[in-house]
Amino acid sequence: MAADKNRQDRRQFLGGGVRTVGAMALAGFSGFLAGQSGKAEETIWQIDPDVCTTCGNCATYCVLDESAVKAVQCFDLCAMCDPCPGYFDLGHRERTTAAENQLCPTGAVLRTFIAEQAGVPRFEYYIEEKDCIGCGKCVEGCAMMNGSLYLQVRHDRCVNCNQCAIAVACPSQAFRRVPASQPYLMKKKALAATQRRGSS
Amino acid sequence: MRRQLRILSGLALLLLLVAGAGAQELLSRPEIEGHATPTAEFPEPRSASLEYTDVAVLAVALGLSVYLALVRRSRRGLFLLAIGSLAYFGFYRQGCVCAIGSIQNVVLALSDSSYGVSLAILAFFALPLVATLFFGRTFCAAVCPLGAIQELFALRPVRVPAWLDQALGLAPYVYLGAAVVYAATGTAFIICEYDPFVAFFRLSGSANMLILGACFLVIGLFIGRPYCRYLCPYGALLKPLSRLSRWHVRIPPEECINCRLCEDACPYGAIHPPTVKQSDADRKAARTRLVLLLALSPVMVAAAGWAGRGLGVPLSRLHPESQLAERVRLEETGQVEGTTDASDAFYSTGRPRQELYAAALALHERFSVAGMLLGGWVALVIAVKLIHTNLRRQRTEYSAEKGNCVSCGRCFWYCPAEQVRLGLIENVDVVVKRPPAEEGKS
Ligand code: SF4
Ligand code: SF4
Ligand code: SF4
Ligand code: SF4
Ligand code: SF4
Repeated sequence: MAADKNRQDRRQFLGGGVRTVGAMALAGFSGFLAGQSGKAEETIWQIDPDVCTTCGNCATYCVLDESAVKAVQCFDLCAMCDPCPGYFDLGHRERTTAAENQLCPTGAVLRTFIAEQAGVPRFEYYIEEKDCIGCGKCVEGCAMMNGSLYLQVRHDRCVNCNQCAIAVACPSQAFRRVPASQPYLMKKKALAATQRRGSS
Repeated sequence: MRRQLRILSGLALLLLLVAGAGAQELLSRPEIEGHATPTAEFPEPRSASLEYTDVAVLAVALGLSVYLALVRRSRRGLFLLAIGSLAYFGFYRQGCVCAIGSIQNVVLALSDSSYGVSLAILAFFALPLVATLFFGRTFCAAVCPLGAIQELFALRPVRVPAWLDQALGLAPYVYLGAAVVYAATGTAFIICEYDPFVAFFRLSGSANMLILGACFLVIGLFIGRPYCRYLCPYGALLKPLSRLSRWHVRIPPEECINCRLCEDACPYGAIHPPTVKQSDADRKAARTRLVLLLALSPVMVAAAGWAGRGLGVPLSRLHPESQLAERVRLEETGQVEGTTDASDAFYSTGRPRQELYAAALALHERFSVAGMLLGGWVALVIAVKLIHTNLRRQRTEYSAEKGNCVSCGRCFWYCPAEQVRLGLIENVDVVVKRPPAEEGKS
């Protein structure tokens, strides 16, 4: 009986020791990591538009039924081309706004007439975000001209999966984790165009 | 054919248009009087302060779970808390980030100095571990959303044969090892990629993952918590910590009267009967086995590590760079026709092939080291498991095995002593008719 009791005590003591060491190790480890990356912000996913090849996976691989990726227009870079290859399916002869002439499968690229210059009508091209499915067709079309359209993860929709499902499927490895305070990435030339306007 | 024609005509039109501007130069934006250039809107991500709300909810839920499991001993309370956790961490927060996935964030932060893990994720990683070290797996009982959804589905649990349970129980350690390798190499977070339940939490996701999740839930009807027991890599961390725990749920509120009523109460096979006294011969044999195992295990680990080196190439297949190099190589040597999106993307960057191949070779090297460690790790886990089963233990009562018990509290109610505590019955003799001989013994 006494031997049993002794063994019990020994076990308890040993357990206590291991536990203390374990707790200290855990605290130390967490402390070390916190110290090392304490300044680290939460990261979120974003597409580097200079790397993206508009493969179309963004529309289908997002865990959300309606992808969190949408096309974005950089108005400063858009040259209001006539016709806009991001708006029109250039394979069609006509240039009317009939759905079959539009490149966007959901009609999410909208245009508003601004003015006519030397016989050339100028439109501003917008993305109607609620209709955009992030397929990148307009981005691909626009790339023939200035490339002012580009794809971005929209953070009002993205649920910030710890592993973005599109990032795994992206053939060009265009997805990156970016700090939450700088949630969007711009094309280099879009950035330049915006800065030009800012300075002028 | 028609399509090609259309594209050609389109291109011709474009060429005319671009001719003036030159192929690479940008067209300038026309100045239009009275028209200001609009700016695109960029919606902000979820505010960072909400992250700390999550941590606060986690801490409160953990505290509640400990209180309900150890102090109140309330199965109903735990059940309600599990539903609450499922609602918050599962359906409201949609499953990200969770303690299980946070392992990978921590590992990536350790291996890649440019990645820092945020304090909130660190808290998700560390708080449940600390709680488990002191109070057992109370996190699993009612806080983890994955545990909670399985808990709700454990309706007709059958007993898994011990040998199978033990063998399958090794899988979480292998999964943990693989997840660490892929997180450390920056390949992918596979725990998140193959999380079977997150598709339910979001009520969307790829069809494959939804089917996988449904399979887990259906299996979970009969085999309690299949993910927790046979896959969860965080559970693999919690198990040994729980074994060390100072305060752990007990089936009887006080003393066990060995009535056997709780024997089959645990849907997760965590209740162990008292040990029978070993004969001297058995004890000797066990001791010899133990010595042998202790001597052999370093050899096992070394051998498995050596063999693991060969895993370098297969392991690296999951890395996108390695995949790409393989594809480009095949295309270069003419073994495959055509290109893929990935190889097209690669060619369009103008990056030299040799550079890609060199990067892939470096990756193979890294993964060989990782494979070695992984092999050693798996052997170590097996060795420890074998040693553990050969250790002499003495149990005088029916008890919840601390490692596997998730502190769910289902077994409490089966114990007559508990029913006395609850005032449901006067004393245990109402339920248990102890034969006089037994009474004499105790
Ligand atoms: S073409 Fe695709 S990416 Fe562009 S606006 Fe339409 S749906 Fe969005
Ligand atoms: S992180 Fe998730 S929600 Fe966001 S874009 Fe990627 S898959 Fe979609
Ligand atoms: S998956 Fe990658 S390459 Fe394809 S559209 Fe999305 S970001 Fe671009
Ligand atoms: S074992 Fe894993 S999945 Fe199950 S409750 Fe615990 S942490 Fe959650
Ligand atoms: S509390 Fe009881 S029923 Fe629940 S896991 Fe532990 S031993 Fe099994």
